[in-house]
Amino acid sequence: MRIVVDLTRCQGYAQCVFLAPQVFELHGEEALRYDPAVPDGQLDRVRQAAAACPVQAILVGEQVNTGAR
Amino acid sequence: MPGDLRQGRIVIVGASLAGLRAAETLREAGFTGSLTVVGDEPHPPYDRPPLSKQVLLGRVAAHATALPARRDPDADWRLGVRATGLDPIGKRVLLADGEPLPYDRLLIATGTRARPWPDQAQAALDGVLTLRTSDDAAHLAERLAAGPRRVLVIGAGFTGSEIASACRELGIEVTVAERGPAPLVGALGGTLSQLAAGLQRAHGVDLRCGVTVTALRGDGRFTGADLSDGSHLEADVCVIAMGAVRNTEWLADSGLAAGPRGLACDAGCRVFDQYGIVTDDVFVAGDVARFPHPLFEYQMLSLEHWGNAVAQAEVAAHNMVSPGPSRRPHLAVPVFWSSQFGLNIKSVGVPTFSDQVLIAQGSIAEGRLVAVYGYRGRITAAVTVNMAKWLEHYQGLIETAAPFPPGPGAADARPLVADFPVPSNVPDPRGLCHGPTVALTGHLPDRRLSVVRPAG
Amino acid sequence: MAVDSLLERITDYASRPDPYPLYAELRAAGVARQAGGGYLVGAYHDIVALLHDPRISSDPRNIAAPYRALVQPEEQISFIRLDDPAHHRLRGLAMRPFGPPHSPGRLDAMRGQIAQITEELIEGLAGRSRIDIVEDFAYPLPVTVICRLLGVPREDEPVFREWSAAIIDFADIKAGEDPAERQRAGGQALTEMGRYLVDLAERRRGHPGDDMLSAFVNEPDPAGRLTREELAATGVLLLVAGHETTVNLIANGVLTLLRHRDQLERLRREPGLLPGAVEELLRYEPPVHLRQRTPLANIEVAGTTVPKGVPLILVLAAGNRDPKRFHDPERFDPARTDNQHLGFGSGVHHCYGAPLARIEAQTALGALLPRLVGATLVQDPPPYRRGAMLRGPRHLPIEL
Ligand SMILES: Cc1cc2nc3c(=O)[nH]c(=O)nc-3n(C[C@H](O)[C@H](O)[C@H](O)COP(=O)(O)OP(=O)(O)OC[C@H]3O[C@@H](n4cnc5c(N)ncnc54)[C@H](O)[C@@H]3O)c2cc1C
Ligand code: HEM
Ligand code: SF4
Repeated sequence: MRIVVDLTRCQGYAQCVFLAPQVFELHGEEALRYDPAVPDGQLDRVRQAAAACPVQAILVGEQVNTGAR
Repeated sequence: MPGDLRQGRIVIVGASLAGLRAAETLREAGFTGSLTVVGDEPHPPYDRPPLSKQVLLGRVAAHATALPARRDPDADWRLGVRATGLDPIGKRVLLADGEPLPYDRLLIATGTRARPWPDQAQAALDGVLTLRTSDDAAHLAERLAAGPRRVLVIGAGFTGSEIASACRELGIEVTVAERGPAPLVGALGGTLSQLAAGLQRAHGVDLRCGVTVTALRGDGRFTGADLSDGSHLEADVCVIAMGAVRNTEWLADSGLAAGPRGLACDAGCRVFDQYGIVTDDVFVAGDVARFPHPLFEYQMLSLEHWGNAVAQAEVAAHNMVSPGPSRRPHLAVPVFWSSQFGLNIKSVGVPTFSDQVLIAQGSIAEGRLVAVYGYRGRITAAVTVNMAKWLEHYQGLIETAAPFPPGPGAADARPLVADFPVPSNVPDPRGLCHGPTVALTGHLPDRRLSVVRPAG
Repeated sequence: MAVDSLLERITDYASRPDPYPLYAELRAAGVARQAGGGYLVGAYHDIVALLHDPRISSDPRNIAAPYRALVQPEEQISFIRLDDPAHHRLRGLAMRPFGPPHSPGRLDAMRGQIAQITEELIEGLAGRSRIDIVEDFAYPLPVTVICRLLGVPREDEPVFREWSAAIIDFADIKAGEDPAERQRAGGQALTEMGRYLVDLAERRRGHPGDDMLSAFVNEPDPAGRLTREELAATGVLLLVAGHETTVNLIANGVLTLLRHRDQLERLRREPGLLPGAVEELLRYEPPVHLRQRTPLANIEVAGTTVPKGVPLILVLAAGNRDPKRFHDPERFDPARTDNQHLGFGSGVHHCYGAPLARIEAQTALGALLPRLVGATLVQDPPPYRRGAMLRGPRHLPIEL
């Protein structure tokens, strides 16, 4: 699973950091950093984080399948 | 073209953020025809912003930023294939690997690439790098992990500043050389660039403004650089962060309004030809586009903004499968973010479209603030530093062309009279070695304009 | 009926079981001026704009004299009622032992404890055919958790229960009453609870435990320390806000699920929906219905000029059901997407404890689900707590 955070929308509420601290982190008070490739065992937490984001900025999904059709 | 716009053949050139989001939106909008996405990078669409942030710190691998899809766009992906030309009459995209690709409607999303160091031999020195792709990021991250004695970053725009920030976080000595008076000045103007300069110095960056790098030195391997002030600097790694070049060369013979400032389109993302006549089967989105914006006197905007690539791709895709009256304009106010030296910097509107600026909340001393920009008495932009929760208020003021300076009364206990506005000191971009990530590029869609006024 | 009595009708205890028709009336009326002088706002977009507007203050001292019903001594004002930069500073200091950037893993590390406390409470229900969800479950869970977190002895609950009630009553929004008694009791409770918490903290100076009060008094960085008054006000805020709200979320959750059995079944089958279901509860039946603000300048809200200093009452729960923002807002849909509800507010005062409340509610409802399948409500609607601002059942008897 992959995630991308729309940091244009993100307002730094850090809900995601509380709920999945191994995937999301704050750099300073407000700047969000995260691991785009969700590590094993963190998917439940990441889904909780995505549901909790007050501005719904976290997209969880599979990397697009570019293989032969 | 078949009467039903939800059928037929659509080709997207550029398999990155805008290309992916457009492909998804086409399917969401009910497009059932054939969809082909051509991209010259071998990788599936990936996210670039982490490349100058988490990736350089070694926290995330360079090739681990693949973008999640909102849905499977059910497309034929032609990755590692370069589009070399366009035949708008025969409606075919010419590909480097031979067979032309026919289309009924085409979306161009070829973005930008890093502006290279002008001297090819010097640029070829081992240790001279740029940063745009995940391969670039992999190289740079590897160099940084090897513990260089000093890194030279040429250009103090957002990317250059983020690279410098990563170096300092890794404990690596870094020199930033910038021709302009201060970092980020091209994007934020004079007042906030002073904050940026102070920030860099406080974090131990050897910041040299008002100088140009005259030559890169080395014997096969980069060893240092000569500066215009006569000094010489020794370093092991040099990152060229001098802004971006639009990937439009492949369109040179297409007859479209394509030039160094991008590919011009109307408010509905439909591309203009070189005479300023709008096409109806070629669309554009993302960093490569130049589009008119009503809030900025209908001047053509060129943006290098993640959010714009997404929003514009969605509008373009919607319009590609919608008949005239149900098409939508791309009117989103530009929003950008950058994180560096532990600060979250966000901008809304066009700060360079301004004659005055004031600090409406917070202060430079606190390291958190809201700066509001005005042009001829109305609000045109705002920048927050670690105060992102207030940004949408100012976005509303920009959208409604609210008067500048904004009314008093910020809820942060300052006297109810806002600070006096000062000139915003937006420099001529030609005097900088970083490109602003948002540029106003005049009114004319034709490409003569772009040729007459050389960029950067 | 005239719009100007809406606040009176909303705060009337008889409206507690179903205030939503009044909220619809409010949204239709736009910004409603009240007999007492304040303005009610119920449209989603207006509320969000106001919560992000720097000309809007949370500080009651900015209310103009004729409208100022309750006065609070300066030193008792906690950061929920302060503006930038004092708010920013105090919230940041309170965050240090609780969340990012200083303690990012703190709550995540409590998941196991929260699950265990929940399990113990569930075990306590074994063999009983009738229980009160509030007293037996929804109340003890957050109380136990916040006590552990802050370092307050759980046995002291009977001591602070009364104070907490008086403080909540003091913070409530009411129409047309004489506030003198509320003010006296609330002020006294604030003082006593503050003193109690400072005493607890002082005892840990020099030999800290892993609780937050210990962290506050043993903060090594002088710039990161709270004064004694600040410690009292902050401690009171955290203890009270830390349990008086979550109890309602859990109780409202059980009530709502028992009213929507199809969704209850669905959640049991698809536990992955639980996080979204909790968000939907925060939209559909939020614990916090009203918040008060004050404009620092004359401002326009939906075409009406609200004068400086006149109180604004933001009806968060009305915004949560605004059809201009939410598709089919009167429907409880745990799988709803695009759910940017106002259950935790928005902007700089966005709930400090939201992640804790979420973990508690998800754990609690997840553990209760299997038991709720055969359960029935004994009383519907149940008896409600008095407050209009913090709304939830006083008791929720169910038959297992
Ligand atoms: C290091 C870095 C950091 C950034 N940080 C931020 C940030 O913090 N905030 C922010 O808002 N934005 C940031 N951006 C900008 C953001 O990434 C871009 O706005 C976004 O990638 C634009 O997407 P796009 O799809 O339009 O173009 P691109 O991502 O440039 O993609 C264009 C694609 O088309 C391909 N292509 C080009 N020509 C051809 C051809 N002829 N044939 C086939 N394929 C072709 C390219 O190889 C590329 O894969 C950053 C960018 C970089 C590089
Ligand atoms: C379901 C449970 C909860 C709900 C619905 C809730 C709701 C809210 C709301 C709506 C606000 C905004 C107030 C305003 O804007 O004026 C708020 C603020 C706050 N909440 Fe919560 N809350 C809950 C649980 C908690 C918990 C568990 C804690 C403590 C651990 C907590 C502590 C706070 C604090 C300290 C503030 C003030 C924040 C500030 O002013 O910056 N809350 N809450
Ligand atoms: S929860 Fe959402 S808004 Fe908050 S930091 Fe995470 S992504 Fe940003």
